[in-house]
Amino acid sequence: MTDGQDGLEAQFAQWRLYVQRRRELRQSDADELEDHLRGSVDELVAVGLHADEAFLVAVKRMGSLDELSREFAREHSERLWKQLVLTGGTDSPVAAGRSRRDLLAMAVCAAGAAASIKAPELFGMNLEEDGAFYGPNVGLFTLPWLAAFLSWRRHAAKALIGVLAALFALGAVAANAYPLADDSQSVVLTAIHLPIALWFVVGLSYVADDVRSPRRRMDFIRFTGEWFVYYVLIALGGGVLIAFMYGTFQAIGISPEGFITQWLLPCGAAAAVVVAGWLVEAKQSVVENIAPVLTRLFTPLFTAALLAFLVTLGVTSGGIDVEREALILFDLLLVVVLALLLYSISARDPLAPPGVFDRMQLALVVSALVIDVLVLLEITGRITEYGTTPNKAAALGENVILLANLAWSAWLMLGLVRRRVPFAALERWQTTYLPVYAGWAWIVVLVFPPLFDYL
Amino acid sequence: MKVTKDLVAASATPMVLGILAEADSYGYAILRRINELSGGELDWTEGLLYPLLHRLERLGHVESDWRSVAGERRRKYYRITQSGLAELAEQRRQWDTVVDALKEIWHGHGDSRPSTAIPLGGHA
Repeated sequence: MTDGQDGLEAQFAQWRLYVQRRRELRQSDADELEDHLRGSVDELVAVGLHADEAFLVAVKRMGSLDELSREFAREHSERLWKQLVLTGGTDSPVAAGRSRRDLLAMAVCAAGAAASIKAPELFGMNLEEDGAFYGPNVGLFTLPWLAAFLSWRRHAAKALIGVLAALFALGAVAANAYPLADDSQSVVLTAIHLPIALWFVVGLSYVADDVRSPRRRMDFIRFTGEWFVYYVLIALGGGVLIAFMYGTFQAIGISPEGFITQWLLPCGAAAAVVVAGWLVEAKQSVVENIAPVLTRLFTPLFTAALLAFLVTLGVTSGGIDVEREALILFDLLLVVVLALLLYSISARDPLAPPGVFDRMQLALVVSALVIDVLVLLEITGRITEYGTTPNKAAALGENVILLANLAWSAWLMLGLVRRRVPFAALERWQTTYLPVYAGWAWIVVLVFPPLFDYL
Repeated sequence: MKVTKDLVAASATPMVLGILAEADSYGYAILRRINELSGGELDWTEGLLYPLLHRLERLGHVESDWRSVAGERRRKYYRITQSGLAELAEQRRQWDTVVDALKEIWHGHGDSRPSTAIPLGGHA
């Protein structure tokens, strides 16, 4: 009989597992339903059924969990929405403790980032006047804190923490050691490229538990997209806060402008870097990722826009006016196309057969490539004619890097559409390529200033 | 004969409130009692009962707590509140009206039309 009892308990345990997977059903619902099931089993055993038979009949009587959860969802529709709670679910004490510690670590790191951005003022720097100092250093004030939060969360190895610290130190050297004039091109280039280079250092801390795994790198790509979306959302909320603060204080005759520009804005922007990272980590498995959704939405639109541009260019047969701004614009266009590609890859089921969406994406990539080749031809002509500057060299280098990536991606996608190449090859290509971006950003930051005589 | 789903759903609230007005109870016992009262003709499911109990709790008609009655498992008991009693009274008035009207139609007051005398099996 104890055997039957043990078997019964095992069956109950299994059943609980199934129930707990349902978002619509809370722990207390599971308890209540289990009690119901036990009541039903007891009654059946009392009329002479074996324990396991009784269990089967009782479960059958309860009906399918699908139906049950649907009924629960009708009453508790909010459970399908409110998933992100600041300190874990009330259900599991272990998870709750963990997320409380996360929250605390996030608060410490966010405060650190906010303090870092204000710290230079102790040494006589001023946010409004010393743009040439703050510009290149902005990544150094914030990203180490995000990296610290991620490393703490992943229990990064000591060696890796050493590497991270060394890389941040290297970044600090690159930003401050070169004798650059405040209005030189190199200051602007460093201000753009150092945060990118440091973002990949954050990436290193993100993949701390398994540095070589392509899956983890893909996770970092997802993290980046979601982080960006969250940062923009926080920025929008911050904008509303500032607008109200400004308006209400003005109404009582006090100008909050100094506080807003000197404290709220810089500290908030710095802290939000960490907060956005924490949000992505906290809600990872809870809410559907938004970046792939945006990708789905915009891939057809961008494809149509690029094709329209190509057709118009062909009809009017005018050349492309390649000024410096235009080159940067086309660089950005490639970045957007690459992002659309990356985020649809990140959300694609690796085993799914090629579909309409893959073909559309191929069209998108190919049209971007054609446009870019036209631009490149134009620009190389210019450079051979007038010589180069750091700006042009950086923009050109980026263009080549993105072009190489997209060209090979297009080739792989063609194979995918023709069912010659598995999807994994495309995924692998993108994750292997990541260090190239990091490498280039570091080159621009470290090598360009001496190379171009600190221009 | 099984009572249709719509009718079960419509009568669910007064049924549960009525049972809880007799004594505090828990889910399984409520279902048993309904089964007993209807001779097994009312087809109640857990998917109907528990969400209904939770809704009544949200509306403040019942309260719940986990209790350990001596010699039994810990169970979630439901207790009717003042507002639940008021709701029950209101529902009762409505149901009385409906039932009276139906009786009026079916059993009539010497109405001459033959179609009103609907045969009701053994009761006819």
